[in-house]
Amino acid sequence: MSYQPPPFFIRGPALLVRLGFFACLAVLLMVLDARFRYAESLRQVVALLAYPLQRVALAPVELFNASSGFFTTQVSLKQENEQLKAKQLLAANELLTNEALRAENAQLRRLLEARERLPRHSTLAEILYQGRDPFSRKVILDKGSQQGIQPGQAVIDDIGVLGQVTRVYPLLSEVTLITDKEQRTPVQVLRNGLRAVIYGGGEKGTLDLSWTASNADVMADDVLVTSGIDGTFPAGLPVAKVSRIESDAAYSFAKITCIPIAGTDQNRQVLVLSREANRPSASIETESVAGKLPKQKRARKRE
Amino acid sequence: MSFFEQPQRILLPVRLAYMAFTLVLALLFNLLPWRDVIGLPDMVALVLTFWCVHQPRKMGIGIAWFVGLVMDAGNGALLGQHAFAYAFLAFAAISLHRRILWFSLWRQAAHVLVLLLASQLLMLAVRLVAGGAFPGLTYFVGSFIAAALWPSATFLLLLPQRRPGSVDENRPI
Repeated sequence: MSYQPPPFFIRGPALLVRLGFFACLAVLLMVLDARFRYAESLRQVVALLAYPLQRVALAPVELFNASSGFFTTQVSLKQENEQLKAKQLLAANELLTNEALRAENAQLRRLLEARERLPRHSTLAEILYQGRDPFSRKVILDKGSQQGIQPGQAVIDDIGVLGQVTRVYPLLSEVTLITDKEQRTPVQVLRNGLRAVIYGGGEKGTLDLSWTASNADVMADDVLVTSGIDGTFPAGLPVAKVSRIESDAAYSFAKITCIPIAGTDQNRQVLVLSREANRPSASIETESVAGKLPKQKRARKRE
Repeated sequence: MSFFEQPQRILLPVRLAYMAFTLVLALLFNLLPWRDVIGLPDMVALVLTFWCVHQPRKMGIGIAWFVGLVMDAGNGALLGQHAFAYAFLAFAAISLHRRILWFSLWRQAAHVLVLLLASQLLMLAVRLVAGGAFPGLTYFVGSFIAAALWPSATFLLLLPQRRPGSVDENRPI
């Protein structure tokens, strides 16, 4: 029989063994979370634990917002009112021409038998706070899955594209800004329609127009708008403005730095756009490979 | 003069509920919506280190790991990033707890600074491997501030253990 220490000396496994066990567990979790996205259900459970703490932590902010709204001076309100009136006058003019253009556009699309783009459903949300993770650029909105927010939806403010919803909690949702290093947005140069993909620049708050040939027709101060080919962002929303172009003969791609148009750091009210409903699903294309192609084409035409 | 050369009063045993309460309070501090505050001290790391140094039998790597998991879920960070760093922090603090307590409070803070910086470096390495952006050197300022808070944290967190054992009705204080 092996030697057993008396029970009051038992201290469990050695410290290093414990560290090894928990470090392995943490690494496993990180790999599952970063590479395979399997850890979302665990995250939801733990987030539920953190949720009451988050609510309590948010209480002073909500109180501050409520009280600062109460103590707004009459002068600032008056000024804002005048500004808004002037803005509305300008907008009304554009709206009138917009109506005519929209009708014309609809008619042209019908002529071309193109799919009609329905106006999207949108939800107004407010930015509660910036994400605390210093390695990414995210903001937290005050609307969640209970208000119909879904992951993948586009988020815009009044002047341009802000980002995309990446994670949804019951009452909150997390938006990855277009300036995040992991965020890509398909864009088009407004001046000549050149398509490209824009990458977030990380901490600097800038964007990089990557994989664009050095001789491509991009100039400083060009406005980049969404191209809409991803089906997430509606086409034509302003994204960024080209600020600097460095082309080096040693590389075949130019280094183009852009600054975001939307107030990625200052705005509070944002719009969350629902996804486009009438996109063809990808499964039709994959199924149709196995000889069913003519039949489905006919079926589609009949529609 | 070192910590043990000073006249020390014998502390009362710590209550587990108080340890849990301080951890929850630190979590609450970390989950406050700080907007771009530079040099925000990681209170959870500080409190974890404190209990690992002072109560290594009651605070362990497992608890630190779980608290880290809550931080990750609450922050929307990579799941396991804080858990990994805090587990390492708890391991280092428990291994060093006999050494650290021999020093005066400010020298203890120097030890704690090294521990906190090491855990931040671990977190940075993990995130850079996972494809995050480098947050700049200001990221490390928080550890210096947290280490500077060590003496006051020691005073505050040991207060309940310094309360008189038997309450005297006739004594004014």
